Amino acid sequence: MATAESTIAGTRVPATEGAGSGASASFSVPPKLELSNVSQTYDGARGKTRALGPLSLQVAPGESVAILGPSGCGKSTSLLIACGLLKPTQGGAFVDGAIVTRPRLETGLILQDFGLMPWKTVEQNVGLGLQVRRVSKRERRERVADALARVGLSDFAKAYPAELSGGMRQRLAMARALACDIDLLLMDEPLSALDALLREEMQNMLKRTWREGGYAQVLVTHSIEEAVFLGQRVVVMTPRPGRIAFTLYNSEMQADDWRDDPLFFERCRELREVLRAGEEVLHA
Amino acid sequence: MRKEGIARKLIGYALAIVFILAGWQVTAMLVDNPALPGPAEAFPMVVQYAGDLWPAFLVSLYRVVVAMFIGTVLAIPLGLACGRSPKVDAVFAPVLYFLYPLPKVVLLPVLIVLMGLADAPKITLIAITIFFQVLVTVRDAAQSVPEQAVMSMRSLGAGRLDVYRHVIVPATLPELFTALRISSGTAVAILFFAESLAGSTGLGYFIVDAWALLAYPKMFAGIIAMAVLGVILYEIFDIAERRLTRWRRRG
Repeated sequence: MATAESTIAGTRVPATEGAGSGASASFSVPPKLELSNVSQTYDGARGKTRALGPLSLQVAPGESVAILGPSGCGKSTSLLIACGLLKPTQGGAFVDGAIVTRPRLETGLILQDFGLMPWKTVEQNVGLGLQVRRVSKRERRERVADALARVGLSDFAKAYPAELSGGMRQRLAMARALACDIDLLLMDEPLSALDALLREEMQNMLKRTWREGGYAQVLVTHSIEEAVFLGQRVVVMTPRPGRIAFTLYNSEMQADDWRDDPLFFERCRELREVLRAGEEVLHA
Repeated sequence: MRKEGIARKLIGYALAIVFILAGWQVTAMLVDNPALPGPAEAFPMVVQYAGDLWPAFLVSLYRVVVAMFIGTVLAIPLGLACGRSPKVDAVFAPVLYFLYPLPKVVLLPVLIVLMGLADAPKITLIAITIFFQVLVTVRDAAQSVPEQAVMSMRSLGAGRLDVYRHVIVPATLPELFTALRISSGTAVAILFFAESLAGSTGLGYFIVDAWALLAYPKMFAGIIAMAVLGVILYEIFDIAERRLTRWRRRG
């Protein structure tokens, strides 16, 4: 089952830069990220509660996966496990085949409120990951400048986050990840704090940066449109304990004007039905 | 822009001084008692007694600065540890809740017996008071640091010390300075109490000594010096806060 899925995922690796996906290699590419039978239980007031899993998910290098599900289904928990901030009760997270026990520099994490440090300037925020890894000052300066240029924030290097708009803060969080030369980006509802128009603009930005960056990404969201716009694969999770209920293959998301494509609406409708059916089963 | 801010502050101070002096003068005229001389009488005394006043001022300044420094330096690490580690907090929080509301000034007689009449009991008493104020403030501030900021920092590969350096400490600085500014008033009050009760040095002794001799204008010279001491302390923390938390006034 798991191998079948990785094969499918492998074939769906976009033939973009950095993904290392020659046609002959596409079947043998090991997953960038693998969650293997991961589950998380909490000791609550009424004994042990299982919040997540068991969950298995593979993400190929350069692939974009969106995770969709009701709140409290453990979407965020699975991201924390994937980036090494949380040890799963069972199972494990693997990056490039190696088990994840602590955060790695090349895995980026963007949280809902972006996790920016208000007391640090834009360039200090972007350089944080490099600074704690003791990257030399000179190299840090170069990589920070490069990352800021990629998200169009070069003119705001000396500003503080409070002086930026919501969209600019989003781009700043992206720049901080880019400065670390990520090959895997994990995002936990990164756009939910933004208003509707800005959201679309930021979705475009996320897609463009992903295409240019060639990294694999996992996006946790509760917006169907966002999932269909950004995910080559959309994984729908069940309510607590979260498991994978449905997988939608969505490789056409690479198309230009995808948001206006009839197929885009068709995919959204399909997911809406899946989610609604899940609700009915739950309340039956 | 910064010069404008300083100018505005100086104007504010000037107006405040005029207002206070006017109020003082009017009250003195209404009360009409030698125990409350007006400013016109009191200020020349500062110059007249400068020879006695200046050493007393320096002694008091030394005591209060050293005491606040010791109290703060001891309190910050413990406050951070309590705020960030539930285990440490479980040990210290009950002790803290019991000791924090106790008036520490009542310990003065004990300290005098143990430490004598010189600087030690005064510095210790002020340090103890400041210690608890800062401890409680830093602990609460460290507890309320947004978890997302900590998570983000750790996801970048930050170790425990990096998290303190880049997240916890800067996040608690504004509250720390607020606590220091507020407790600088308390510190001066305790200083007066301690100096007036024990020893023969410092502004507290100067004031009480003049009082006993019914030298009211001289007493007021001491009171003015004590007020200046309070303002200096307050300003030190205010300026330090402005420099270290510049990010808060942007946006």
